[in-house]
Amino acid sequence: MDVLAEARQASMRFGAFTAVSAVDLMIGRGEVVGLLGANGAGKTTLIRLLLGLLRPSDGIVLLFGSAPSIATRRRVGYVPQTLGLYAGLTVAENWAFTAAAYGNPGTGLPAGISGWSKELVGGLPLGAQRQVAFAVALSHRPELLILDEPTSGVGPLAGARLWEGIRQAAGDGAGALVTTHNMEEAEQCDRLVVMADGKVVAAGKADAITASHLVAEVRCADPNHAFAVLDADGIPVQPSGTALRAVGSAAVIADALARGGVDAAVSAVPANLEEAFVAIVTKPATS
Amino acid sequence: MRWGLEDVHLTRGRAVALAGVTLPADPARITVVIGGDGAGKSSCLEVLAGLAEPGAGAVYRPGKEHIGYVPASTGLYQDLTVAENLDFTARAYQIPAADRGRRADELLKLTGLAGARHRLGGQLSGGMQRKLAVAMALLHEPDLLILDEPTTGVDPVSRAELWRLITRAAAEGTAVAVATTYVNEAARAARVVLLEAGAVVASGSPDDILHSVPGIFGTSRAAGRPAPLSWRRGASWRVWAPEGGLPDGVRLVRPDFQDAVVAATLAGEQGRLVSAGREAR
Repeated sequence: MDVLAEARQASMRFGAFTAVSAVDLMIGRGEVVGLLGANGAGKTTLIRLLLGLLRPSDGIVLLFGSAPSIATRRRVGYVPQTLGLYAGLTVAENWAFTAAAYGNPGTGLPAGISGWSKELVGGLPLGAQRQVAFAVALSHRPELLILDEPTSGVGPLAGARLWEGIRQAAGDGAGALVTTHNMEEAEQCDRLVVMADGKVVAAGKADAITASHLVAEVRCADPNHAFAVLDADGIPVQPSGTALRAVGSAAVIADALARGGVDAAVSAVPANLEEAFVAIVTKPATS
Repeated sequence: MRWGLEDVHLTRGRAVALAGVTLPADPARITVVIGGDGAGKSSCLEVLAGLAEPGAGAVYRPGKEHIGYVPASTGLYQDLTVAENLDFTARAYQIPAADRGRRADELLKLTGLAGARHRLGGQLSGGMQRKLAVAMALLHEPDLLILDEPTTGVDPVSRAELWRLITRAAAEGTAVAVATTYVNEAARAARVVLLEAGAVVASGSPDDILHSVPGIFGTSRAAGRPAPLSWRRGASWRVWAPEGGLPDGVRLVRPDFQDAVVAATLAGEQGRLVSAGREAR
């Protein structure tokens, strides 16, 4: 079986509020899927559906080919953003506790974290705590990993090291669902699913999602003045080193700058994932 | 530099927190301090804000009443409403009563928090709390704005709103120093200071840093680590050869700013400082 988890037209309503609306999602073996969305987009509800903590109001959710249950949940490893470790226990004690909970004692600490075995988890740097949480979540050899912001707050190099572990697990056949607000992390995934207002609003590889989006790059002698002119016009604009990147066609941006008396070179450039994401999720709903 | 740190050393207990850090923060410019957890970002900003006294080095800062500072923890009062948080801060900075309401309204509009005026600080989402904290730091129109990881864990829509506030302050002449762990935020700044283990491992514009990293970069789809100086980028590995010469099976690629930041951090971790000069690639 290559499909590990699947939602087919799954919806979840709480009274009059629809948190998840007709969502299709599939996670296959060896695949890392990124789940993106602003706060309140429905990501957490969708994960709770996949774990069987909620039953869908409509549609189908399958975990390892059947409805999620205690038995299927044992085959999932989950790392919440808050890590889910006991800060007042040592690394070895956290490891032993999880092993006992899953009924697989006798496995030693992996080499990557054994150096900290006697340290209290709460006293370790954040990057080390994340390494430990990830190792603990992998200790029962889960087939599906669900990771919430796995590298938040650790920096680019430590983040790349955590991704070695995620990629190793995927290489060994596990699937992973990664939720993140960090678009650099999103770019590490094989495939992305973008949610807004409970619906899937974009899906596919990162470059396919950004492909149809352009922004205007503005180069001029006084970027602060150009920013002030565009910002006053209500145009979303961000600095980019010594240039600016504005949302809109190059012609519209050049015109706004000319009206504001700014002499600038404006060119259309491909949007990055963050710019495309903001454009997709803030676009007024069409359906 | 107008404001900033010059060759600052700081020890905390027996640990060296900062080992000779220079960090310029000039009016109308944004300086981003980037680094991992424990690299020294917060220590830098605390010294700049006057909350920690360095053992050696020079600190240039305006008077306390002209600084706006938001720590990495919330920086607002959980039990006050949004409006009360702003009003309390305005009074603490002795902003004239006539200006208080106007300035608060302007910031509420900019942050999109106008509709949340009467909600308690502690009941706001993480992103809204960060926006309120930054708005509070901007109320008195500081000369120097210091923000410690204002966007960590914040969704991209709120992050764009926070950057609008930050950029607007800089465009109006404020010197801004902001810490982050995100490379794509550092890429926005005119000036970037990359920290590792309390030392500066690269400094300059994003382009300067990209061009200062020596050697060549490659990519590989190997299952295992293809070279000692390598890291994950998506399903592939990125390989850095500081002295040139990529291993067999590794294809040459043009590095981007993210590669440069990781490579400089690796070099810093190994005690091999990336030279400030531009070396031919």
